[in-house]
This record gives sequence, structure tokens and C-alpha cells, in this order.
Amino acid sequence: MQMVSMVSSGTSKEAVTARELGIVACKRCTKASAMGTERCPRCGHRLHSRDPLSLQRVWAFWIVGFLCYIPANTYPMLRTQTLFQVDESTIIGGAVELAHYGSFGIAAIILFASVVIPLAKFWAIAYLAISVKQPVLVSNHRRQFMYEIVEYIGRWSMVDIFVVAILSALVQLRTLASINPGPAAIFFALSVIFTMLSAQAFDSRMIWDVNAKGRTRGS
Amino acid sequence: MKDFADRDVLEMLDELIVCPQCDAVYRMKKPSHGERAVCQRCHKVLIAPRRNAGLHIIAVALAVLFLIIGAAVFPFLTIDAAGNRNAVSILDAALAFSGGPMIFLSLATAGLIIFIPLLRVMLTLYVLIPVVLDRPAARHAIPAFRLSEALRPWSMAEIFAIGCAVALVKVADLANVGFGPAFWMFGILVVLVIAQDSFMCKWSVWYRLEHPKKR
Repeated sequence: MQMVSMVSSGTSKEAVTARELGIVACKRCTKASAMGTERCPRCGHRLHSRDPLSLQRVWAFWIVGFLCYIPANTYPMLRTQTLFQVDESTIIGGAVELAHYGSFGIAAIILFASVVIPLAKFWAIAYLAISVKQPVLVSNHRRQFMYEIVEYIGRWSMVDIFVVAILSALVQLRTLASINPGPAAIFFALSVIFTMLSAQAFDSRMIWDVNAKGRTRGS
Repeated sequence: MKDFADRDVLEMLDELIVCPQCDAVYRMKKPSHGERAVCQRCHKVLIAPRRNAGLHIIAVALAVLFLIIGAAVFPFLTIDAAGNRNAVSILDAALAFSGGPMIFLSLATAGLIIFIPLLRVMLTLYVLIPVVLDRPAARHAIPAFRLSEALRPWSMAEIFAIGCAVALVKVADLANVGFGPAFWMFGILVVLVIAQDSFMCKWSVWYRLEHPKKR
């Protein structure tokens, strides 16, 4: 795991960006091309030095994702049918019920995975999108790390949907018990998908642009 | 080596590599096997070649291909409670959302856990087999690899596996749950998918597609 030095121009502290050199980089395959090239000559990906529509797309997907997240919490997620009763529970309602029966651990995990993480994701994307317009105190490395976490965690929220899918397929025991998905499932899935799209639309190079002039801190 | 100003940058585009995360430009120096080239500003790994990586990836991809097909068809979980029995395959789980608008959710789930991983494996094989055999690149290899990379975040087999674990915890005290052969296939599959992604050095593949070996 040796770090191979790839010498950039100037001092090692200050990196030279492609934009300053008048070239444009491909986000997919890292190839450099002359500024103004439409598509990457290596992989054909569309080239933008900084995508002017990036933030607009981030906010558009963000808003749709957030709007979907509201019905995901108000409608029932699971419809459980046992011998004598039908029980419809929302995400939070289900967790509260579990805590009622004493499973505090599982209730906490559900609340964390389906409420805290999605909300934290909305907050983090919004914060990053605002931070590239207004100077903030958090360092570039921190914000880059934040972005990587959001991108990494985004997909994992689908776990809720998969649990609902497995439960509804598995627990079909005729009269004894059956579990069926509620309308919240579709909104939750949409919310996860749109948050992922929102995070993907964010151009992380903008994080490093803000204080490109002046202070560029080393690690 | 000190400054870019010596020469016209546009003449040395082929020698440059740009960090896709923070736009820092570097003069390329290909690391040897097992070493990694890391962006000095944001610490993104840019190049990480491994010895025989291509062969490993192909072997793993073939295994993944058969495991996905097997895991999708064979029974996955069985449930037993008071004489009622139910066995489901992964396809059943994906198609659990039926009726009305729920059908979209079914299609999305089936895509995310079976078809997109399957498509990615086939694209990988299609692109890498000619490269490893030192043959000219396959037709449309470049858009194929680009598609495979674009689909990477949407391939969610490993997330489905964690979903299984959570679902099992929830059902365990309600009924007896048994594991079918597909369950174990899926377990191995997840490990292999993660291994495959860590073997793959994207930059090396792009480089080979751009500069095919001439014989």
C-alpha cells in the first residue's frame, strides 16, 4: 500500500486543478481533454469542467425525494393479518410497538435505519449543496468525507424495502398469518431512489473550488 | 517534472491523470502491481493494479453468473408454523409487491437484486475476456464498460442479503424458518461480488481498452 508520488506542478501542498490548466477531466475514466471537448475520447462520457446544472438537479431530486419521504411515514408499511385481527403499522408505529413488547434493541435499529439515516442524508446533501455557494467552516476534507458517506450509505436504505419484500413473500400462511406490503413501501423506495440520484448529481469537485484561491489546507 | 508551464499542456494530455473527485491534475506514473496511486489532495485511489487481476475477475464473474441464476431459481427460505408451510425463491420475494401501482416496486426490486447484477456480470465478462486474452477489444466494449460502471450503485445483491438477515430476526419467534440451497448460494454470491469490486482497477481497464495490445 505504498503511496506513489505523482508530481503535480508547483509545491506539493497546492494541487493544480484541471480547470486552471484549461483542460477538462472525465469523471468516469479520469482522462484529460482540451477544454471545450464535448465527449471523452476514451470512454464517450459527456464532459463538463463543472456541470452548470449540477446543483439544480441536486435540488430537484432532493425535493422529490423529500416529498416522497412524507407519505412513506404516514401510510402503513406493513399489513399484518393474523387469526383474529388485521394490523397496519407505519414505520414509526411498528418501532413503537416493538418497544412496547420489550424489544428495545430492534426498535432502536429500525428507528435509526429508517428515520435517522434518511433524515441525516437529506440534511447532509442540502448542507453540501449550500456549502459550495456559501463559505462554511467545515474543511474540504471533512465535506468530501461527508459526501463519500452519503454516496455509500444511500443504497443501503433499500434494505427496508427488501425486508418488506421478503416478509410479504415468506409469511403467507393462509389463515394463520400473512404479511402484505402497504402503500408506504412504494413511497419509501421512491424516496431512496431520488436521494441516490440527488447525491449522484452533486459534483464533488465543487467542494474543492470554494477556497481554491487562498487557503488550501493539506491533510 | 516540476512545472507544467514548460510545455503546452494540450500536447501532454495522454500523460495526465485527473482526480474525478477534486479535479487535481497529476503527471501519470503507473504504479507497479500491488501499489496504489492516490490523489494527494482528497485521497481518492486513482490507480490500483494487481497481478492477474483480469483472470481473477473473470473467474469470480463466472462463479457469480452461475450463482445468480441458481439463487434465483432454487427455493430460498421455507417457513413452517402449525402445519402451514411456505417456500419462496428470490424471484417470489422480488415479485411480492403485486396489485396496482405496487407492480412497479416488484419490477424495481427484481431489477435491483437479480437483473442488474446479472447484466453487470455479463458486461464484465464481455469486456474483460478479450482484454485478458490479449485479443483486440470486443465490439462496443467501451460503451459496455461505461454502462457497467454506471450501473454499479444500482446493483444491490449484497443489500438484499442483509435484508434477509433482518427479516429472519423478525420472523424467527413467529415461525420456524429453514434455509433452502439458494440461501447459501446467495451468501457466497455476496462475498464474491464484494471481492470482484475490490479486484477491479477501473483505470487499468480503460487504459487497456484505449491502448489494445498489438501483436
